[in-house]
Amino acid sequence: MIEQVAEPLQQTGFAKVILEIDVNNHPGVMSHICNLFARRAFNVEGILCMPVSDGKRSRIWLLVFEDQRLEQMVRQVEKLQDVLSVRRHGAEHEVFERLEDFFH
Amino acid sequence: MNQMTGAELIVRLLERQGVRTIAGIPGGAILPLYDALSGSTLIRHVLARHEQGAGFMAQGMARVSGVPEVCFASSGPGATNLVTAIADARLDSIPMVAITGQVPLSMIGTDAFQEVDIYGMTVPITKHNFLVRSVDELLEVIPEAFRIAMSGRPGPVLVDVPKDVQNALVSFADFPPPATPQPLPALDMALIEEAARMIDAAERPVLYLGGGVIHSGAAQLAVTLAEQAGLPTTMTLMALGAMPMDHPLSIGMLGMHAARHTNYVLEEADLLVCVGARFDDRAIGKAAQFCPAAKIVHIDVDPSELHKIKQAHVAINGDVGQALEALLPRVRAQLRKRWLSHVESLKGRFPVQWAEQDDPRSHYGLVRAVAAALDDEAVITTDVGQHQMWVAQAYPFRRPRQWLTSGGLGTMGFGMPAAIGAALAAPQRTVVCFSGDGSFKMNIQELATLAEEWLNVKIVLMNNNSLGLVYQQQNLFYGKRVFASKYRGAPDFVKIAEGFGIPAVDLDTAANPRGTLAQALNTPGPCLIHVSIDREEFVYPMVPPGAANTEMIGG
Repeated sequence: MIEQVAEPLQQTGFAKVILEIDVNNHPGVMSHICNLFARRAFNVEGILCMPVSDGKRSRIWLLVFEDQRLEQMVRQVEKLQDVLSVRRHGAEHEVFERLEDFFH
Repeated sequence: MNQMTGAELIVRLLERQGVRTIAGIPGGAILPLYDALSGSTLIRHVLARHEQGAGFMAQGMARVSGVPEVCFASSGPGATNLVTAIADARLDSIPMVAITGQVPLSMIGTDAFQEVDIYGMTVPITKHNFLVRSVDELLEVIPEAFRIAMSGRPGPVLVDVPKDVQNALVSFADFPPPATPQPLPALDMALIEEAARMIDAAERPVLYLGGGVIHSGAAQLAVTLAEQAGLPTTMTLMALGAMPMDHPLSIGMLGMHAARHTNYVLEEADLLVCVGARFDDRAIGKAAQFCPAAKIVHIDVDPSELHKIKQAHVAINGDVGQALEALLPRVRAQLRKRWLSHVESLKGRFPVQWAEQDDPRSHYGLVRAVAAALDDEAVITTDVGQHQMWVAQAYPFRRPRQWLTSGGLGTMGFGMPAAIGAALAAPQRTVVCFSGDGSFKMNIQELATLAEEWLNVKIVLMNNNSLGLVYQQQNLFYGKRVFASKYRGAPDFVKIAEGFGIPAVDLDTAANPRGTLAQALNTPGPCLIHVSIDREEFVYPMVPPGAANTEMIGG
């Protein structure tokens, strides 16, 4: 989804991080979030989004590489009006692992 | 039970929010809203000649009033023409609500006539944006748009309203209350204490004020802190006026076109207290070499600004006014004789170049002659380029919101429509727009709006018949290969103004230019004041883009 970006910065050797983002569920929220990462050529390795509970909210899971800009990126994501919370998990989180079966 | 159309509801909500002037241009997709607006007895509509002009008029109003102001545009090209003014508001943190018409819901996504995805286009340049998909949503979206625009760090919000949503009927019991700002973040008092200790312990501290000080209404508190703790104070382009330029503690604007002594003082600082500023590259030069010896205290209402460019030793998230108020009783009063006398000696060794220039037909002389003919109540706007920097350097700004300029985006064409907006918001003030011939032509059509509204706006046109700052950079950094920066034609701006019905004077041919200037500035109503400026006059000092601030050329 961020193919329009030229060259992602060198990210080899960085640990993976999983972000769990609770958002209001309406069209446009994904583009607000993904735009932020795309603008700075921040490579989003994986993305998963489903509505939660009554459908008024969604949860977005992002798999990204840790780099020095991540903390500031997270602060920018937290600033978005439709973002309710951002939680960070290490690469050991199983959400994307369980999905891998669908990508072989 | 209230019942009305979506368009009428928008107008009522704007009235209830206190909006009294809207700049805009109608078109097919926003005609229901214009029809409803024509019935308003409270809101005055100012018809711009280009939507970008309308956007900058709203900005000019907001920069003077400090509250969100509104512009209207139709769908498609009307909306895309607003984009530059919205992006400009975003970079300078100006509260603004842009309302655009959109094609009917059922036609969205079909490449309908005058359809663009303005919602998608403005995602990265608004603080937030809305595409209203049902008329009921307006009850929430309109107050929410104002709340977002005015809360915390202000910014622009776009509301895109399809034509059928404007026409749809809505029934509701009560109007929602007008928006008020969200509560500000609570201060971490331990960090305030730590910042106060660092200020007390510092030997060579500098206070660095940004536009946030203006937005938060904290200029007086910042001056009090500087006086109490003996802090030499520098201001960004956006903060000019926060401390009077002639205050003994002011060391002027920092950065690319700072006075030499300002950048040298910063080089020696051992503590930088950054208040509502964001370490912009034009202000700090090469980030790694900015204030190399200084620890940093950074106060900002936007948490994502903290540690963004420079790692702060103490980072305080909060309203700068509240933070300064908390700091004041905790900071020791100091004379700081040694540091301040050193700062004075730097000022003496590297004096400013513009103090001695008296000829009102020279660039600095003109700026100072305008200032001499006005008092501090006047509002000064500029366009973007050499004239902007000369005014920033040499005009004696003495109060917040006296100075309106396009800082972050650097938009040529900002000056005149912003001046019109300023005059609409503060009709009792004289508004002077300094412009260059390059910038002026970018929104010159708004002379028609100015003539129609007959506002007290004076345009001081510094004409060197070129894109002066480009010409300067080509001369300094591109081996004098001057290309596409000199105009071959030379329009007669006096005739152009008169053609629009605006009185004009030409200082080039005036027998007594100073007298002619003063008379033009003090005659109510609009006026164009034309002055030819030598193309070989450059803005000095100049830090080459990407260099450290101490590597100044000239001055």
